[in-house]
Amino acid sequence: MSEIRFTDQHEWVRVDGDTATVGITKFAAGQLGDVVYVELPEVGRKVGQGGEIAVVESVKAASEVYAPIGGEVSEANAALSEDPAKINSDPEGEGWFFRMRVTDTAELAKLMTESQYSEFVKTL
Amino acid sequence: MNDPAETKLRRTPLYALHVELGGKLVPFAGYELPVHYQPGILKEHLHTREKAGLFDVSHMGQAVLSGIDPGPAMETLTPADVKGLKEGQQRYALLLNGEGGIKDDFMVARLAGEAALHLVVNGATKEGDFAYITRSLGDRAELSPQSDRALLAMQGPAAEAALVRHAPDADRLGFMKTARMRVAGVPAIVSRSGYTGEDGFEISVAADDAERVARALLAESEVLPIGLGARDSLRLEAGLCLYGHDLDEEIDPVSANLAWSIGKRRKADGDFPAAQKILALLANGPREIRVGIRPEGRAPAREGTAIADRTGRIIGRVTSGGFGPSVNAPVAMGYIDKEFSVDGTDIQLLIRGKPVPARVVPLPFVPHRYKRSEIAGKAGVKA
Repeated sequence: MSEIRFTDQHEWVRVDGDTATVGITKFAAGQLGDVVYVELPEVGRKVGQGGEIAVVESVKAASEVYAPIGGEVSEANAALSEDPAKINSDPEGEGWFFRMRVTDTAELAKLMTESQYSEFVKTL
Repeated sequence: MNDPAETKLRRTPLYALHVELGGKLVPFAGYELPVHYQPGILKEHLHTREKAGLFDVSHMGQAVLSGIDPGPAMETLTPADVKGLKEGQQRYALLLNGEGGIKDDFMVARLAGEAALHLVVNGATKEGDFAYITRSLGDRAELSPQSDRALLAMQGPAAEAALVRHAPDADRLGFMKTARMRVAGVPAIVSRSGYTGEDGFEISVAADDAERVARALLAESEVLPIGLGARDSLRLEAGLCLYGHDLDEEIDPVSANLAWSIGKRRKADGDFPAAQKILALLANGPREIRVGIRPEGRAPAREGTAIADRTGRIIGRVTSGGFGPSVNAPVAMGYIDKEFSVDGTDIQLLIRGKPVPARVVPLPFVPHRYKRSEIAGKAGVKA
């Protein structure tokens, strides 16, 4: 049973057991526009909740991506280096950024549920 | 400064059309302007290079400089050959301060049968420019800002074909030529110029006529509306400077690699602001100079990125950088110590603190495709 949570910085995290998959939301991808480059973290990198972990760049600008939850990076989505446009075409699926082993799933409680996030986006 | 809460943003005469077309409006040069429309920057950029794009550049400062002889007056503020402008000719020029620093870059044109000069300066600098010109020229000439006019740019290889359906004489204009003509039935001043490196036109019309002209041109199948985002990536690939980024008051024309805009007669006479200093820079070479830069890999090097030599010593800075959609790779411009400015020199860019190999390359990144009248015929034969 996986659950998805969202941050106010427009990352999503889907947790399965102690493994989390992270990406940016459809809203974020739309705001960024055409993604041309993504800098992904190395496997083994440790990060705390809210720490800078990746960079996503559109034609116009670079944006930081923050870890929605603390843990250790276990896999980066190599397909994105070849085809960063996947972040626009399928941000919450094939456009995932990296996977990590979660330190403490209790941190999820600080994040928004899908319905809370969609309400949040309406206020922007 | 660009916070809409702090500054009341202005709207161009095409504001309602931008909204109707789904433009994503952002603050720019004190105006609400579309950064892109539905297709996005990448597609808008590529469409302009492939067919034609229509840009609203009404934020730019249009003005008429009149008087008995405005050319010599204007030459006290720029090293360009203004007096030598033939009827119907337009020229790129630099507005200099007393120290030879670049206050702005602008276009100056002389229409057939008219003594006045037409100026187009940057939107973000127009108030300051106009005040400076007025103050500096005193009684010698009178500057009249044309704030009731809009400016449209139609750029791309299909721009001519689309425009002649509404302005049958437009194809008679060669690159950097200008004339009064009707466009879509309204009086306009058209010049064959632009900011993309492509063939194209800039069309000045009364504010009240702007929407009519824009709708007529957008109705042509080749033409899409293009936002500021693609305008920036197009001009960067074309190696053209953006004022406030690649040029400012601390930079002189020689360091900016814009010495070609200094007229031959002006060099000989040495009668422009800080002429001694600028002529010495021309003779001895500047300390640093603007160059093109190609980073290796895919990571764009943005404005402010430090440039280092192979040992890591800082030798310059990126002033414009991003992803070039037509090049399909990152591209940048910046200032670099003269000894490293030779094409092909290996350098490093410190992107987020990490050194990325890069190379000094000639500008532009994408060849210019201007319709120069003398080569237009030859190009036709080749094709």
